[in-house]
Amino acid sequence: MTGSVGAPAERREGREKVSGTARYAAEYHVPGRAQAWPVPAAVARGRVTGVDTAAALTVPGVLAVLTHENAPRLREPDDATLAVLQDPRVPHRGWFVALVVAETLEAARAGAAAVRVAYDAEGHDVALTASHPGLYVPEEANAGAPGLREQGDPDGAFDSAAARVDVVYRVPPLHNHPMEPHASTARWEDGRLTVHTSSQGTNAVRAALAGLFGLPEERIVVTAEHVGGGFGSKGTPRPDVVLAAMAARQTGRPVTVSLPRRYLPAVVGHRAPTLHRLRLGADEDGHLSSLTHEVGTHTSRIKEFVEHAAVPARVMYAAPHRRTVHRVAALDVPSPSWMRAPGEAPGMYALESAMDELATELDMDPIELRVRNEPDVEPDSGLPFSSRHLVECLREGARRFGWAGRDPRPGTRREGPLLRGTGVAAATYPVMVGPSTAAARALPDGTYLVRVNATDIGTGARTVLAQVGADALGVPLERVRIEIGSSELPSAPLAGGSSGTASWGWAVHEACARLARRLAEHTGPLPEQGVEARADTTGTADAESERARHAFGAHFAEVAVDTVSGEVRVGRLLGVYAAGRVLNARTGRSQFVGGMTMGLGMALTEGSTMDAAFGDFTESDLASYHVPVHADVGEIEAHWLDEDDPWLNPMGSKGIGEIGIVGTAAAIGNAVHHATGVRFRELPLTPDRVLTGMLGARA
Amino acid sequence: MKEFAYVRAGSVEEATSAYASHAGARYLGGGTNLVDLMKLGVETPAALIDVTRLPLDAVEELPDGGLRIGAMVRNSDLAAHPLVRDRYPALSQAVLAGASGQLRNAATTGGNLLQRTRCPYFQDLSKPCNKREPGSGCGARDGVHRDHAVLGHSAHCIATHPSDMAVALAALDGRVELYGPEGARRVAAADFHRLPGDRPEQDTEIRPGELVTGVVLPAASAGLPSAYRKARDRASYAFALASVAVVLRVADGVVGHAGLAFGALAHRPWRARRAEEALLGAAPTRAAFEHAVDLELSAARPLRDNAYKVPLARNLAVDVLSRLTDTALTRRAS
Repeated sequence: MTGSVGAPAERREGREKVSGTARYAAEYHVPGRAQAWPVPAAVARGRVTGVDTAAALTVPGVLAVLTHENAPRLREPDDATLAVLQDPRVPHRGWFVALVVAETLEAARAGAAAVRVAYDAEGHDVALTASHPGLYVPEEANAGAPGLREQGDPDGAFDSAAARVDVVYRVPPLHNHPMEPHASTARWEDGRLTVHTSSQGTNAVRAALAGLFGLPEERIVVTAEHVGGGFGSKGTPRPDVVLAAMAARQTGRPVTVSLPRRYLPAVVGHRAPTLHRLRLGADEDGHLSSLTHEVGTHTSRIKEFVEHAAVPARVMYAAPHRRTVHRVAALDVPSPSWMRAPGEAPGMYALESAMDELATELDMDPIELRVRNEPDVEPDSGLPFSSRHLVECLREGARRFGWAGRDPRPGTRREGPLLRGTGVAAATYPVMVGPSTAAARALPDGTYLVRVNATDIGTGARTVLAQVGADALGVPLERVRIEIGSSELPSAPLAGGSSGTASWGWAVHEACARLARRLAEHTGPLPEQGVEARADTTGTADAESERARHAFGAHFAEVAVDTVSGEVRVGRLLGVYAAGRVLNARTGRSQFVGGMTMGLGMALTEGSTMDAAFGDFTESDLASYHVPVHADVGEIEAHWLDEDDPWLNPMGSKGIGEIGIVGTAAAIGNAVHHATGVRFRELPLTPDRVLTGMLGARA
Repeated sequence: MKEFAYVRAGSVEEATSAYASHAGARYLGGGTNLVDLMKLGVETPAALIDVTRLPLDAVEELPDGGLRIGAMVRNSDLAAHPLVRDRYPALSQAVLAGASGQLRNAATTGGNLLQRTRCPYFQDLSKPCNKREPGSGCGARDGVHRDHAVLGHSAHCIATHPSDMAVALAALDGRVELYGPEGARRVAAADFHRLPGDRPEQDTEIRPGELVTGVVLPAASAGLPSAYRKARDRASYAFALASVAVVLRVADGVVGHAGLAFGALAHRPWRARRAEEALLGAAPTRAAFEHAVDLELSAARPLRDNAYKVPLARNLAVDVLSRLTDTALTRRAS
C-alpha cells in the first residue's frame, strides 16, 4: 500500500466540470443531429384513439412524429416502462404518446405542441389510503426483500407490554430530480447503435437496448462519461434512451432526447408514498418485546415496485416478537422506482420517530433506549453482523454534538418567538456488492491504465478507483490513468445501492494486484503495448456472506421552530458513520453531507402532491418542488469511525452513497417534537403543518 | 418553432408605438417570467418589445423627499439602494425576500409588478384555467390549492399574485406610473392589481399598450418605520405562503398612520383598510393589533386545504406591528 486509499484526493474531472468542458449526454454535437420532444398523455387512464400529426408535420423543421401507429416495433422488455409507443394504452398521465423529431429543439417543442391526441378516457384511481381495497401483500418488495416476515406473537406481546407506542406516519411521494435531466443521444451506423446517455450504469442500458431492438450486444455501444446525478432514477434505462434509439432509426439521423424537467416526475420513477403503522411494545426498562412495522404504498398498473420500507426494522433492534409487512396497491399512477436509500429512508424515518416516541413514553434518553435494544445478531435472519458499531456512532455523536445534560422536556426552550430542540436518530444501510470485471495495464512510459465500466454520477468514483488501483499496484496515484463510463470497457454493474465502489473497486484491486505480480516476474523493458491483467469477481463478490453486513450511523439535529410562522430552521446537523473504510476523505465527506442535505429536504421542504382529479404530480418544476437551498442548511458535519471489517471486500469498504439520508429526517422530526412538544407524523414539516399543529396543541 | 418579432426600443414612445404596430406584442423586461411562460406555451407573443434599454434605470430623489424608481431598475439594485434601504426598509426587505440572487439581478421593477401567478394549473396547458383560457374552468378550486387565495377569490379564479415587492409598494402608498397611447397616468400601487371576479385573465388595471415606466414612493411614507415579513416553505427561492408589509407611525401614544398589506392571500396585494382604520388613533398594543388584524381577516373564505393561511397571516401581521412599535418607541426615546 502506498497510502492513496483514504487520502482526500481531488476529483479528477473537477476542472472539466467547473469549466463547462465536461460533456454530458445531450451535448454530443454529432453532424446531422436532430432533437426530439415527447408528448405526454393528458389523461390518467384510457386509450389513445387517434393522433393527428398533420399540423405538427407542417411546423418548419419537423422531421417526423412517432406514435404507437408508426414507431419501430420493439421486443417486449422486462421493464414495461420502456415499451414506449408500442400500443395505444395510457397507464398513467404523463406517459409518452408521441415523439416529435425536428432539426432544432425549438421546432421539436413547437411540433409537440401541435400534435392532437384523442383519447378514450376511463375513470382513474390515484388516491392511496391505508384502507384501499386494492392493497395486497406482495411476495417480494424491492431488493428481493420478502413482503412479509413474522416471528413469535407480535400482537399478544404488544397487548401485554408495559409501554406501548401505536402510531401512524406518512411520507409523501418524492422526486429524484437530479441536476441533469435524463437525456440520450443515439445514432445508427451500418446496423450498429451508439448511444450517449445519462445513466448510472451503461451495461444495463446496452442489455436493455439489445433486447428491445433484437440486436447482439456487440453491435451496441453505450457511454455515460459524465452524469449530473441520478439518485436512483438513472439506475436502469428510462424512456429517453429508447425513444432516442427509435427516433434515430426512424429518421436515419442522430437524435437527442433530453427530457424536459416538467416531464420527469411521470416517467423516471419517484419515491412512492408510504403509510406506516408502527407498534412498539417494551418493558419498563425499555427492552422491546414486540415490534410491528406495517407499510402501505402504491405502484403503477404496469410495474410492481414496492418501496421496502419495513425492511430496516428487520435489522435494527432486538425484539422477540416481530412483524414487518408491506402492502401495495396498483393505481393509475406513474411507476415508482428507486430514490436514494429506497426502503431505508422512509422506513427509518417512521421507525426512528416511533422509537423517539417510545423513549418519551418511558421517560428515557433516546440514545439509551437504542443502546438497550442493540441486538447480538441480526434480528430477522439470526446471522452475526460482520461489524456493527451503531452504539459507538451514537456515543461519538453525542460527545461531538454535546448531547450530555440535554433537558428531555419538550416545548420548554423558548427564545423570543423561537422554540429550540434537539433530536437523534439511528441510520442503517445494507452492504451490497456485485460481480465486476476490470483490466489493468502497465505501459512502457511508467504509467498504468485501469479500465472498468464504472459510472461516476458525481460521487468521485473515477478518483476513488484510481486510488484503489494505485495502492494495489504500489505506485503513486498520478501514475494511474483510469477509463470508465463506456460499455466498450470491461463490464461492470451500476452505480446504485451504494454498491458501485465496492463492486468496481474489488475488480480493480484484483486486476491491479495480479498485474503487480506479473510485473514482479517480468524482466527487461515492457513491450510497446504494455502488460495487462484482468479480473472478474464473479463467484467471489456475489458469494453469499455468512455475516449480516450493514453500515450504521447516528444523526443529530438542532432546530429552531418559529412560533409565529411555523417555519423550522435546522441550525446544526451532525452525522457519525461506521461504514468500513472510507476510501477518499474528500469525496466521502461529500457523499455523507449530500445525503444529509437530501434528508433535510425530505424532513422540511420536499413533497409531491398527487392531484386526484387529474392524476398527476402537481409540483413539476424546481420552483415548486422544493429541494433545499443553501440558506436552508446551517452547520453540517460528517464524521466516521475507523471500522475494520474483514467480511467485505479487499478495500474493507461499505457503501456510503445513501446512509446520509437515512436517519436525517427522523432526527429533525424528533428535534421538532423536542422543540415544540407537538408530534408531527407527516412529512414534510412545512409551515402550514407546523403552525396548524402548534395552534391545535395550544387549543 | 413559434417565431416572433423582436424590437429593441430606445425610448418610451418608440416602445409604445412598436407595441401598437405589432398585434399580439408583449413588453420584455428581465424575462424571468415571460420567457418561462413562452417556453411553457402559456404566452405566445407575436412580438417582443425589449424595453430594457429604455432610460428608466435610475432611482431618483424627488424634491418633496419621495423617490421615483425607474421601471428598468433591477430588483437587486432597488433592494440595495441606500435611499430605499434608509427610507423604505419594507420595500428593500420585500424585494430581497423574493426569488433568488440570480433572478433579482435580471428582474426589473416593472416586470416584477407584471409577473403572472405561479398557480400550477395556469402553467399547465393540459389543464383548465380561466386565467389562461377564459371559460375553461378552474382546476385548482377542487384540486391542489394549498398555496391559493383566501381573500377576494371568485368562482372563476383562486390564484394569488406572487410578487413580494408589490405588497410593500401597496403598504407604502406607492404609485405606478404608466405611459400609453392615451398618455401618462398614475395608479395607486394598492389598486394596480385587480381581484379576479369574472375576468381573471386581467391581472391589473393596465390598459392595452400601456407600459410601466416607474414607481413613485411618496414622501409621506419616507422614513417611517416599516418592515416586510414572509413565511415560505424554504429559506430562499420560494413564493410566500403568506406575507405582510407594514408601515407604522406612532405619535403621542397612539397610531398616527398604519399601512398594512398582505401578500399571497389574494389575487392582488391585499391592502388591509379595515385593519388600518381600526388601528388609527388606537394605542399600539398587542390586543389592538390582534383586534384590527382579525377584523380584516374575518373576510377570509379559506378553501379546503388553505385555512392555515388565516392564522399565519394574523401571526405575521401582529408580529411585525409589535416589532415596529418597539422600533418606533425606541427611536423616540433615543
